[in-house]
Amino acid sequence: MSTATVAEIDDLTVWFPSSGGPPVRAVDGVSLTVRAGETLGLVGESGSGKSTTGLALLRLVDPTTGRIRVGGQDVTGWSRRRLRGLRRRVAMVFQDPQASLDPRLTVGASITEPLVVHRLAGSADARRRRVAELLDLVGLRPETAGRHPHELSGGQRQRVGIARALAGEPDLIVLDEPIASLDLSVQAQIMNLLRRLQRDLGLTYLFIAHDLAAVEHLSDRIAVMYLGRIVETGTPAQLWREPAHPYTAALLSAVPVADPRVERDRRRIILSGELPSPTDPPSGCRFRTRCPQARAACAGTDPPMVEVAPGHRAACLYAGEAVRAMAADPPPVTGAPR
Amino acid sequence: MNAPVVPSPRAAGDAPVLAIDDLTVTLGTRNGPARAVAGVDWSVAPGRTLALVGESGSGKSMTVLAATGLAPRSATVTGRVRLLGRELTTMSEPERRRWRGRHVGFVFQDPMTTLNPVLTVGRQVTEACEEHLGMSRRQARARAVELLDLVGIPAPDRRVDAHPHQFSGGMRQRVVIAMALACEPELLIADEPTTALDVTTQAQIVELVADLRRRLGTAVVWITHDLGVVAGIADTVAVMYGGRIVEQGPVDAVFGAPGHPYTRALLAARPRPGAAGEELAAIPGAPPSPLALPDGCAFWPRCPVRGDARCAHELPPLTPITPGHRVRTFYPLPDGPSTGDGPSTGDGPSTGDGPSIGGGPSIGGGPATGDGRRVSGDREQLHREDR
Repeated sequence: MSTATVAEIDDLTVWFPSSGGPPVRAVDGVSLTVRAGETLGLVGESGSGKSTTGLALLRLVDPTTGRIRVGGQDVTGWSRRRLRGLRRRVAMVFQDPQASLDPRLTVGASITEPLVVHRLAGSADARRRRVAELLDLVGLRPETAGRHPHELSGGQRQRVGIARALAGEPDLIVLDEPIASLDLSVQAQIMNLLRRLQRDLGLTYLFIAHDLAAVEHLSDRIAVMYLGRIVETGTPAQLWREPAHPYTAALLSAVPVADPRVERDRRRIILSGELPSPTDPPSGCRFRTRCPQARAACAGTDPPMVEVAPGHRAACLYAGEAVRAMAADPPPVTGAPR
Repeated sequence: MNAPVVPSPRAAGDAPVLAIDDLTVTLGTRNGPARAVAGVDWSVAPGRTLALVGESGSGKSMTVLAATGLAPRSATVTGRVRLLGRELTTMSEPERRRWRGRHVGFVFQDPMTTLNPVLTVGRQVTEACEEHLGMSRRQARARAVELLDLVGIPAPDRRVDAHPHQFSGGMRQRVVIAMALACEPELLIADEPTTALDVTTQAQIVELVADLRRRLGTAVVWITHDLGVVAGIADTVAVMYGGRIVEQGPVDAVFGAPGHPYTRALLAARPRPGAAGEELAAIPGAPPSPLALPDGCAFWPRCPVRGDARCAHELPPLTPITPGHRVRTFYPLPDGPSTGDGPSTGDGPSTGDGPSIGGGPSIGGGPATGDGRRVSGDREQLHREDR
């Protein structure tokens, strides 16, 4: 690999205790590499473990097993004190800027906080200058420093959240649903801002989202999660053109397109049944209970990730073949509702 | 209520199930009156789906709440609302409640706001039936099983005795839909019913409602901000902004040849498949607060066409551009690349073939913006202090 690795997750599991029962296996054997300067999109539905994976990368949740390396250093066992340093190098932008900003603090104070914590920009004057610089980077006026979060629009608040994340000049920013709670007309502003910052500052993103169109737009590579596992990785073009895992195919087919002509002729794979409980995932392939192409072998073998094309991998015993069979064999496939 | 269990009076032919005329809702707030909805007209026919589209604060939810008599107490509602030919606004509250309960089913975004956590779903599904249709407990239970089956809940005869927490989010929303359909309403009002759901579950619910509408002939008003969902479900669309309808028409016309700069800008701002890496055509600023709406066009401060002083001070009327397709702008943008030499003035993009108006990167105000940094002067005051 020619590009430097910024962060590496190796066979990570995060299990949460549940009262009286078996643990909730939120993340159950995930391996990921984030390369310098890229945007790695992490997609999946609720319960897939994508957010927990992001939190584990910042050690905001503790891994049960597995290793996490950031900048070549194994941070898995780091103490609380050392983690402060980690959180300068890996920053996070949360979904709801309203909830992630302290309502009592001015915008300036919120952005100053990480500067103080990480002992950056020493004097008060230097800190003020840095705050103004960060506000400018995210497209806000210097006067915004004196305002409180409630005086700002949702988009402006998210810009403040991004400025805060930039304060420590992190090597990696974990973006957890950064546009999901914004108005439609504001989402594009924030996506453009994220892209511009990446270009200008050479940032690396782990972009966690359920909005597949946004993920396709911003990501260089995408990892698809289902029930605590990664089921497919590849470039957006690879996944959109030729998904190799039946879950990816179903997920993409469910995304509505803002064009009534397309929607009318659309063949949609409607998944039956429910997401199984993460306390007791199915044996073998976890998707087999909902997979339109499940076969006998799927119950007995936990499918490893196999390469289907350079840079394109899927965890399916019938990778590629199953999706082609789904397209040819329409029973579970229905036309778009009309 | 002791009404017999009979099929409800179906609206004849294409007579609208619900027709709203000049509906205006003003909310009393601590910061003064807020004009949440202004002069809204639309109707929905049996078996058809009207999508009400808008962002937060656009008035889309308030329109249906006020129309059905569910607006908050602080609201002043004017206009006319006819449900199955009867005027709702002049009815007494108990009468309206009865008429609404009998003929309208509601599905809201969060099923747990509708479901009572301590009652079995069976009891809840039929609660309304018992009241409005005068069913016995036994009839009601049988009907509950039937309804749960109708909305695709597996093993309905067992699940009827389960409590809401034993269902997933998608299954809870199915229960709510069963509840909404229990009285065989002529109208289903669905307010962001899939927004809290995952995309594969959303696809299931969209499919379910479309199927029920086909089978039962129910009229549907579907409120959403998701243009993709609209494209899949709607027959007609009303786009709202700042409390008013800015564009209204058949779904193909509104998506295929959007006439209002806002509709165009919204459609253009979404990432397009296969166009990764391109700068998105962001709309500067943020949607207006109902407390501070301009006199003229509410979208003017953010408008890529930008117009002139007239847009700022004079409200454009909702004008037909093709039969059934109406647009509230002085500068309707006809479709197609050869046009765009219309009345666009000011410093907006002077030409602009269809897609690039509201579509070109310059619309967002240059690469550094998309946040409306170029917005200046009086525009800015109009528009809070977004930039």
